[in-house]
Amino acid sequence: MGGTVSANQDGANLLEVRGLTKIFGTLTACDHVDLNIAKGEIHALLGENGAGKSTLVKMLFGSLEPNSGEIFWNGDAVRITSPGVAKKLGIGMVFQHFSLFEALTAAENIALSLDDGSPISSIAAKARALSYSYGLPLDPESLVGDLSVGERQRIEIIRCLLQTPQLIILDEPTSVLTPQEADKLFETLERLRSEGKSILYISHRLEEVKRICDRATVLRHGKVVGHCNPREETAASLARMMVGNEVQAVVRAPVAGIETASPLLEIRALSRKPATPFSIPLKNINLTVRAGEVIGIAGVAGNGQGEFFESVSGEVLQQDAASVRIRGKDAGSLGITGRRLLGAAFVPEERLGHGAAPRMKLSENLLLSRHATDGKTFVGSGGMVKSGTVYAAAQRIIEVMDVRKSAPDPEAAALSGGNLQKFIVGRELDRRPSVMVVNQPTWGVDAGAAAHIRQALIELSRSGSAVLVISQDLDELFEISDAIAVMHNGELSKPLPIAEATFEKIGLLMGGAEPGHAEHTLETA
Amino acid sequence: MDITVNILLTIATAATPLLIAAIGELVVERSGVLNLGVEGMMIMGAVGGFGAGYLTGSPWIGLLAAIIMGAAFSLLFAVMTLSLATNQVATGLSLTLLGLGLSGMIGTSFVGQPGVRLPNLDIPGLSSIPVVGKLLFGQDPIFYISIALTAAVMWFLFRTRTGLTLRSIGDSHTSAHALGIKVIRYRYLAVIFGGACAGLAGGHLSLVYTPQWVENMSAGRGWIALALVVFASWRPWRVLAGAYIFGAVWIGQLHAQAFGIPVPSQLLSSLPYLATVVVLVLISRNKRLTMMNTPASLGQPFVPDR
Repeated sequence: MGGTVSANQDGANLLEVRGLTKIFGTLTACDHVDLNIAKGEIHALLGENGAGKSTLVKMLFGSLEPNSGEIFWNGDAVRITSPGVAKKLGIGMVFQHFSLFEALTAAENIALSLDDGSPISSIAAKARALSYSYGLPLDPESLVGDLSVGERQRIEIIRCLLQTPQLIILDEPTSVLTPQEADKLFETLERLRSEGKSILYISHRLEEVKRICDRATVLRHGKVVGHCNPREETAASLARMMVGNEVQAVVRAPVAGIETASPLLEIRALSRKPATPFSIPLKNINLTVRAGEVIGIAGVAGNGQGEFFESVSGEVLQQDAASVRIRGKDAGSLGITGRRLLGAAFVPEERLGHGAAPRMKLSENLLLSRHATDGKTFVGSGGMVKSGTVYAAAQRIIEVMDVRKSAPDPEAAALSGGNLQKFIVGRELDRRPSVMVVNQPTWGVDAGAAAHIRQALIELSRSGSAVLVISQDLDELFEISDAIAVMHNGELSKPLPIAEATFEKIGLLMGGAEPGHAEHTLETA
Repeated sequence: MDITVNILLTIATAATPLLIAAIGELVVERSGVLNLGVEGMMIMGAVGGFGAGYLTGSPWIGLLAAIIMGAAFSLLFAVMTLSLATNQVATGLSLTLLGLGLSGMIGTSFVGQPGVRLPNLDIPGLSSIPVVGKLLFGQDPIFYISIALTAAVMWFLFRTRTGLTLRSIGDSHTSAHALGIKVIRYRYLAVIFGGACAGLAGGHLSLVYTPQWVENMSAGRGWIALALVVFASWRPWRVLAGAYIFGAVWIGQLHAQAFGIPVPSQLLSSLPYLATVVVLVLISRNKRLTMMNTPASLGQPFVPDR
């Protein structure tokens, strides 16, 4: 690895970016950004959500056109006007999760990004050979809709490698992987580096950046705020550079005697057939969440978490009313409102169109979710809405959760994702529910706000409520949970008390009983 | 025997315009665009085809005019929905209303005029073979075009790289755009192809089926074609099957009415619709295949961020 660092100092820059600027309306997403990437280095691009990382790489890949600034490739000034131009130069991109076609096979997906007219069967053969040589086994005939997120990412990586790029851009590659899958990815990246390829690695996970990256460029509010060698920094110092101030640590005091506390949410032998060909069946799920505790559900995306949330929240009803019990009452045949009236609150994963109606004001969104539970407060005689009271309640939530907005009562869609999430979580917390079920509480939320939401969830549980959190972010679950259960392929493991849980154990459960994973752990252990 | 052959021939004539319009719309929808203006493009093709044939005396020029008319009319839809990103449902509906009105206006002077008819294919020797001869070698040229078109679209969509690209755009236009595929250009071409097909189907009505101009002569066939595409779960051979089932039951119920079968005529008239839906729903039972063939981005406007 020392050799790579010295290669950086030769000054052989593969890519140089000077003063790149992109303006969307009134927002300057990238403001005179400078970036150098040397040959054979793994370069980290760090920043919070909304710092401009995605905008920057979209300009490098030709998906967006910069307003001003220059890009040099091997020392020559270039204009990257389309992804086709980027590919010709030798820039490849592994997207986070939005560039595969679910209804097509892996081979067809790969063929679509290659410009040669060779038949699908020969592309499939090439992809298969390449995937095995990198230890990322892939069946080119499989339908993408049937694959796990980790497998989908393999397709993206193989697709990118088949174009023999000089620079590979990876956008948040590990956010959807189990720890073991991430290890495998790091091996691949290190091998690519040893072959002389450069990698631009976008992440907000500081530990992995420290582990594999040679240099880092940090963005904040669209501006470069620093370059550093991540190996010489601590996670805390990197976080400080990203956020601009100290991030408050989440405090979770252990609770005693939880075994005797009353069970507020009970799930008994919950099963569900797959609703669509691409969804996961739920198999005999059992779980008890007691007053005063936070239970976390880990799992790789697409293992049934969404289906589970729908069943618990009442979006989908159960045949057996006793399979979901809220505060001791059978709730399986009740709809969302019925379950809310029993004292439960739900925060779905998708904010716009699910957690909030995009074109309605925040106060209206508040009324939509709480008209039944707070009917007396918000709705007066004759069914007239007390808009003043609703408005005041919305303002209270906005203040408590520190929601940043441009108007007093804006439309939900006008808020950034993180701020809307704060409002949606705050809307449910404001009721002091005795059962709170949250799916991906801080997805896409910046570090400061995420800490705020996590602390609020812990405090809710300590005041005597049962909190169930479904998340793909293991760090988050370890921070807030008293016990962690893992969902894999529609089955839920027994909750593991936090004192016994390790990344290793949870990671193994997340990968299922796949033997490859078990062997790998034995090696590293 | 002759009666059977004649019935089969009328079935083919009834099914051909549905098949052509539906195959065109299938390509449009496979690219992720929902054009509800099929009826309007069809009637414009019918009036254009009749007018050009009547004025020049050549049914072949009429046929060409029908195709151009349909394509030009669909271009209006393409500009609105693709370049200006208007709502596809609303734009398609207004295209149909505009087409019905405009064709009536253009066609005022054509009403009651004798039209020209495309001659049937006639291969000496072959066409006079009993039964098969007339069915295989003695039909109107558009019948052969419709069958060839179905085969060509099947081959294009599932055997060529361009067809794969078109399907990928229908599955996810954002992914396609991220890969550098020219989403808007593909969709323009698909919409214009669909328009040309609808125009050709309209030409069949006014140059073969009933060689004259009658206002609203498309009589809802564009809507049937649209329904066929959905019920056939966007698969060409099922569209073919659907069009012929519809044609067969349609002709069958006409004969049944003529024989005076004691069943309310309204019920008989609704039979083709019922039968087609039931059969196509039955063959589309496989949810997984249906899912794979449904264009996931159908009807969503696409605005690339630049």
